[in-house]
Formats: sequence, C-alpha cells, structure tokens
Amino acid sequence: MAIEFKNPVLKWIEYRLPIFSFINDSVGTNYPTPRNLNYWWNFGSLAGVVLGILIVTGIFLAMNYTANVDYAFISVERIMRDVNYGWLLRYLHMNGGSMFFILVYIHMFRGMYYGSYKAPRELLWMIGVFLLLAMMATAFVGYVLPWGQMSFWGATVITNLFSAIPLIGESIVTWLWGGFSVDNPTLNRFFAFHYLLPFIIFGLVVVHIWALHVHKSNNPLGIDPKGPEDMIPFHPYYTIKDIFGMAVFMVFFLWFVFFAPDFFGEADNYIEANPMVTPTHIVPEWYFLPFYAILRAFTVDFLWIPAKLWGVIGMFGSVLILLFLPWLDRSKVRSAKFRPYYRMAFWIFFANSLVLGYVGSQPPEGFLITLGQWATGYYFAYFVIIIPLVSLLEPARVLPDSIAQAVMKPVAAETGEGR
Amino acid sequence: MTDTATTAPGPSEEDEGRRDFLLIATSTVGAIGAGLAAWPFIDSMNPAADVLAISSSEVDISPIEEGQSITVVWRGKPVFIRQRTEEEIKIAQSVSLSDLKDPQADGDRVQKSQWLVMIGICTHLGCIPLGQKTGDPKGEFGGWFCPCHGSHYDTSGRIRKGPAPENLYIPPYVFLDDTTIKIG
Ligand code: HEM
Ligand code: FES
Repeated sequence: MAIEFKNPVLKWIEYRLPIFSFINDSVGTNYPTPRNLNYWWNFGSLAGVVLGILIVTGIFLAMNYTANVDYAFISVERIMRDVNYGWLLRYLHMNGGSMFFILVYIHMFRGMYYGSYKAPRELLWMIGVFLLLAMMATAFVGYVLPWGQMSFWGATVITNLFSAIPLIGESIVTWLWGGFSVDNPTLNRFFAFHYLLPFIIFGLVVVHIWALHVHKSNNPLGIDPKGPEDMIPFHPYYTIKDIFGMAVFMVFFLWFVFFAPDFFGEADNYIEANPMVTPTHIVPEWYFLPFYAILRAFTVDFLWIPAKLWGVIGMFGSVLILLFLPWLDRSKVRSAKFRPYYRMAFWIFFANSLVLGYVGSQPPEGFLITLGQWATGYYFAYFVIIIPLVSLLEPARVLPDSIAQAVMKPVAAETGEGR
Repeated sequence: MTDTATTAPGPSEEDEGRRDFLLIATSTVGAIGAGLAAWPFIDSMNPAADVLAISSSEVDISPIEEGQSITVVWRGKPVFIRQRTEEEIKIAQSVSLSDLKDPQADGDRVQKSQWLVMIGICTHLGCIPLGQKTGDPKGEFGGWFCPCHGSHYDTSGRIRKGPAPENLYIPPYVFLDDTTIKIG
C-alpha cells in the first residue's frame, strides 16, 4: 500500500522505489500479526540479529586473520593479545556462533510444538531446515580456522565420514582436502567457504521471511485468524516486544562474552594443530553433540551396509528427516495445546535430544553406547512411527472459535489448560 | 503494448513439433555445456601438482632396534615403521584368517617379516592410533589402539575389534638397501 508523503524528497523516492511502503508492509503498521503471539515468537528475529553480529564481527576478524597453516594459530593469538579489542571481536564471534544455535534450536522446537510446519507453511519450514544445514556447514568450517587441535581433528574426523560412501568415497575426501590429509589447501578453502556461506544464509533468510509474509505467523492456538479482531499491527506491538526480548537476550549473550568466554569452547583448541598427535577425546562443539551421538550409535553392520556407512546415513538422515515432518504428521490440528498425546511425545522427544547431546559428549563406553542406541531409536521412531500414529489415533479436542474469542476471556475448561 | 507489437500468427501443428525439438536440443546442449564449464572449478579443488610432487620420502631405518617403532611423515600423513620382535611376528603369522574382520595374511602385509611399514591412520575416522611409544596402550591384541572410538589393531596392524572397517593401510615402499626404505 503506497504511503502518501508530504515531504517532497520522501515522496520523490517513494514514487520511484516504494521502499518505505515495503518496510511498512513488512514490519510496520500495515503488517497484520496474530494478537496472541507469546515470547517463543521472539527467537526468529533474535536469530536474525545474531546473524548480523556474526557477519560484522567476522568481517573485522578477517582483516587480521591469516588462512595459512603456519600463521593461522598465531594470527588468532595476535587478534586476542595485540589487536585493539580483538579479544572482544573474537569472543563475540565465538559465543555468537553458540547463541545462534541456541536461538535456532528453540525456534525449531517452538515450530514443532505449535505445528507451524503444517499447511500452508510447509515450504517455510523446509527453508528453515536448509538454513540449519547451511549454519552447520558454516560453523563446522569456521571452527577449523583457528587451527587448534580440535579444529584439526574435528575436521579430520568429519571429512573422513565421506570415505564411508562406497566406491567414490576416498576420491571425495581427497577432493575435499585438496591433498592427502587436512592441510593448507583445506584451510584455505574452508576460509573461502566460511566467508561465503553466511551470505547464502542471509539470502535464505530473505526467502524464509518472504514465505512467512505470505500466510503470516502461526500462533499459540494454531487456528487461522478469522478477521481483523484477531490481528494487531506488527508495529508498534511486536517491534516493542522484539526489542524487549532482545535486551533480555543481550544480557544473556554478553554475560558469556565478558564473564565466561570459553564456556562453550574446548581447552584443547588453544593447543596448535599437530597432525601427528590425536587428542585423547575428540568432541565436536556442543551444538553437534546429538548428531555426533547418532553417528556413533551404529556399531554393527546390517543389511549389507557397514556400520560406518550406517552412522553417516543416520547422522545426515536425522536432519533431513525434518524435511518430511509436514507430511508425517497427519493431524489437522496445529497446536500441541489441543493435542494431549502429541504433547507428551513432543516433550519426550525434547528430553531425548538432551540425552543424545549428553551421550555425544562422553567417550563411547559401556552403558552409554546402549543409551545412545535407544535414544537414536526414539529419535527416528518419533518421526516415522509415533507422529504418524498419534496424528491418526488421537482424540480431537475442541478448538476455540477464534483467536479473539479465546484470548478475550480465559480459555474454556474444555482444553484443560487455563491461561 | 498491444498497440505497438504485432501479434505473431498462432503456431501450426508442425511448428509446435519443431519448437519442442529446438527447445529440447537447446536445453540439452546448454546442460552439457554447463556441466563441462563446471569441471575446471571442481577439479581445481583436487590436489595440485606441487602437492602431488612431494610424494616420496627416504628413511634410514638403521637406528630402529628390535621392538622399537618410529613415525615418519609421508604426504602429510604419519607412517609407522616398526622392527617387530620374534614373538610379535609369530603371533601375527599364527592368526587364522577366519578370525579377521578384513582377512589378510601377515605375509601379504610385509616385505621383510621383521619390518612392518604402515600408514598410521585409523581406518575408521582418521585418528592416529596409540602404540608407537613404549608406554602407550597397545590394545587387546598387542599392536595399536585407537582411542577415538576404540579400535584395536594386532601386531600386523590388522583390525581385530572396534568400529574401524579395514586394516591399517600399507603405503607403497621399496628397500633401497638393508637400512634404507623409500616410501611412495
Ligand atoms: C553464519 C554466521 C557465522 C557462523 C555461525 C560463524 C562461526 C564461526 C566459528 C564457530 C568460528 C570458530 C571460533 C573459534 O573457535 O575461534 C569462526 C571463526 C572465524 N570466522 Fe566465523 N561465523 C559466521 C560468519 C562469519 C563471517 C561472515 C566472517 C567474515 C569473513 C567470519 C570470519 C571468521 C574468521 C576470520 C574466523 C577465525 C578467527 C577466530 O577463530 O576467531 N565468520 N566462525
Ligand atoms: S578413528 Fe579410530 S576408532 Fe574412530
């Protein structure tokens, strides 16, 4: 909707490039939003802010970073000790990476709880899964850059996963390395990818928000808005809510940056990479731990496929299966608020993800191997058995007539949940 | 625009067939061209000529006593060279092939039975197994032990237990004389 400006300059611009009305239609008074969004709807915009922080701090780090095996480690140490505020840039970047994953994981669990992946938002959800994959790739190559022991051995173990692919696996690994081990060519290309991928993420975010704005936000009740009484304008209601959430989040983020900057890190990564010595216990960064546990859960060959290949299939499959979630869940009811069985399965899934994360952080011994296998079993069963079955068998709860009706008076006792 | 453009006459049936053919032919050539143009980019990521050039190393093995091992670097990878004891050789030779996950006779893994030369990289996910130094854990089969995910290798470097699928690789090497080998 075009805006009528009095100011001649704004009017001139708006006539030629309707950027002001575009902003107003996207995040302004002309973007209608469900009136009942709760704080779990803050995490998308928070993730966007952190992406911005990562790109800015990353570009300034790159001005002092050297992507060469002989200099990478000392160039990062120089950033920490000699470059003005280098320590701040690096700690913002390192902890920003962890924050990005915390926010995005919460954002995804939110989507699963409130059924935001269901029609007509399937593609929006799928773009989100691709965003997660791109983030994982970015963080993985980024972690290699400081060229510490974990950088080197993490890169070695993960790139070696591709050798599990039959016939062409070894050639793929050599191609990824550009040599016969993780070495200078590998570090160079990883830096190039680490610079490139965040901008691809940025592009995906634009498409993600485009798709969001077609059908607008889902909401905690999961029902479609029926009319204007169910909506409020994005500005000022959600701009202010997002800014408030941001302030709270910044306290959390900066507390780590200033008071526990290495909390998410590994001490071994402050030892320079040594291709001749493997650290006794290799662990990936915390946000990869559940997937690492799935990788290691496969310990026997079956169905003519060796255990190593199963592990790789399981690990990639555990992310890719999210793409199919909109079709695995047959229930028309979106929000878990009205789905008692689904809600229970969801919380078990949530706890199970934490168990997988714990198992991934420990050396694979004794009881933990079995635990990891059961947790991996539940992870996949949740998607291919539990969700489809529950969505067919679950007794339906009565949905409120409209958002306005539900939020203007306390939710009726029939949902069993007061507000 | 309708007032300026002249409308093309509706295509005849023959024209449509010809257009389909042209479309398919053009797309095919375009796709092959794009594939060919992508190849230099993909291949530029393969090992470069200088990386391939540093492909052999000569090693003096005379200082290695019986029961001792050294680790040398070949193509950025650790190579284990061990002078095995009589006992280790006997154990390695006496294992029946049916007990092995990746069956291979000890004789096929060595050129001279006291000298074992292998790439010291676990065939699971690429860690360096322990067992080169005297105090190292050598695993349940007295050879090497990979701490990353628990693979046990025997005195011939063959996988006996754990997630690794294959025996430790043997690099190409020749004995130049009794005390020198050339790897690669
Ligand atoms: C999607 C956004 C990004 C994520 C998730 C991310 C993640 C990471 C991670 C986990 C590290 C390792 C930190 C450490 O342990 O020291 C890192 C390092 C680095 N990143 Fe990024 N990054 C992002 C964007 C960028 C951008 C846009 C640049 C610009 C070139 C950049 C440049 C660097 C540099 C130079 C390093 C090495 C210095 C260091 O280790 O602190 N990053 N990144
Ligand atoms: S890398 Fe050696 S056991 Fe996994």
